[in-house]
Amino acid sequence: MTDYSPLLLSLKVAGISTFFVFIFGVFFAHLFSRKKFFGKSIIESLFMLPLVLPPTVVGFGLLILFGKNGFIGSWLLNWFDFQVVFTWIGAVIASIVVSFPLMYQSAAAAFESLDARMENAARTMGASNWRVFWTISFRLAWPGLLAGLVLSFARGLGEFGATLMLAGYIPGKTDTIPMAIYFAVESGQMEKATFWVVIIVALGFSTIMWLNWWSRRNIERYKNDNA
Amino acid sequence: MLEVQIKKKLPHFLVDINLTVEDEILVLVGPSGSGKTTILNAIAGLDHPDDGRITLNGNIFFCDNEKPLPTQQRNIGYLFQDYALFPHMTVEKNIAYGVKKMNAIEAEKRIERLVNTLGINHLLSKYPHQISGGEKQRVALARALATEPSLLLLDEPLSALDSRTRLECQEELQRLHATWKTPFIIVTHDMQEAEKLGDKIIFLESGLITKTVDNRSGKMIC
Repeated sequence: MTDYSPLLLSLKVAGISTFFVFIFGVFFAHLFSRKKFFGKSIIESLFMLPLVLPPTVVGFGLLILFGKNGFIGSWLLNWFDFQVVFTWIGAVIASIVVSFPLMYQSAAAAFESLDARMENAARTMGASNWRVFWTISFRLAWPGLLAGLVLSFARGLGEFGATLMLAGYIPGKTDTIPMAIYFAVESGQMEKATFWVVIIVALGFSTIMWLNWWSRRNIERYKNDNA
Repeated sequence: MLEVQIKKKLPHFLVDINLTVEDEILVLVGPSGSGKTTILNAIAGLDHPDDGRITLNGNIFFCDNEKPLPTQQRNIGYLFQDYALFPHMTVEKNIAYGVKKMNAIEAEKRIERLVNTLGINHLLSKYPHQISGGEKQRVALARALATEPSLLLLDEPLSALDSRTRLECQEELQRLHATWKTPFIIVTHDMQEAEKLGDKIIFLESGLITKTVDNRSGKMIC
């Protein structure tokens, strides 16, 4: 009987990571799209760095940070007797770091392309900054935010390198689909590897198909206004 | 009464103006890039002058060395060029956006009166992309007036309309002003429009007032 735990674990890891990535991505993208300050481009470059670095380098950095002697790792161990390395939480952290740039990039583009007059119009009508964000900026940027959310989820599902470095491969504990594929091939279980390849290709393909369909539909919706 | 005395450095010139507006229609006329919108934005609090003072009925909006009053607290109606209607909300939701929920019944009556005056009852359930330019202008006016502003700023409000609709809307603006009796500041680069609408016309060039005309008497003030 097929063990579906890699699928469930992958969905759990990608889901939790996407939740955090979405919140932080939207927060920083909105903040940075409206403010100019010294060092902004340096911070933005740091945000985007995981996109261009090899995942093993990201994983190495996380291992240094979250390892027993690492800055965060030793603090977690001392205060909470908790270790991230070789746990599924490690996979979530790796997934957050590698998918954050995709969310940030999509959200920043969405907020920057917003017509500032919409927000200004809301302000002149007495709306608080939070209300302007929630009822105007967020709603109008939603297509871009959703694109970032879906891409981050897909990236989280496919994350391998950094996850392997931080969470390792422990069957039943940290074996996400990409891990299951790699170790199935390594141990000559081609049938098992093929099964998981088909599953992850189907998930990725349907995600992109849906995103394209949804984006087109959304562009059509307000196209007269944006013309 | 609105009193504006501001200086603001722009990339190519310095905006340096001094004007007062009673409960009348003031029209700012000038070529593109002469600082008209900068003045409206400074009054609305969307942009701040480098120095000067802005007060409305004694309420200080901006004063040197003091924290400017946030836009939200200025009680100003602003009709943007191209109207800036929220595309994801129906006309009804656009108009009701700024209305305080506390006096719901009174607000509902006010909106109903506005909607009737502007003849846009049949548009309430439509989205902005489903209505024409003239209708958008009326909706934007209703939205700006729904909050009962103490001052209405209109940035090129009729520039996107054809000549017939423009004429209708000019008359409508005059009717609304007669009803609401609050100061209106209208920005335009169309001289005919300025003469038709304005009680007072101010001519701007490169951020400076070149001429002020009392349009009712036809006298040049300065």
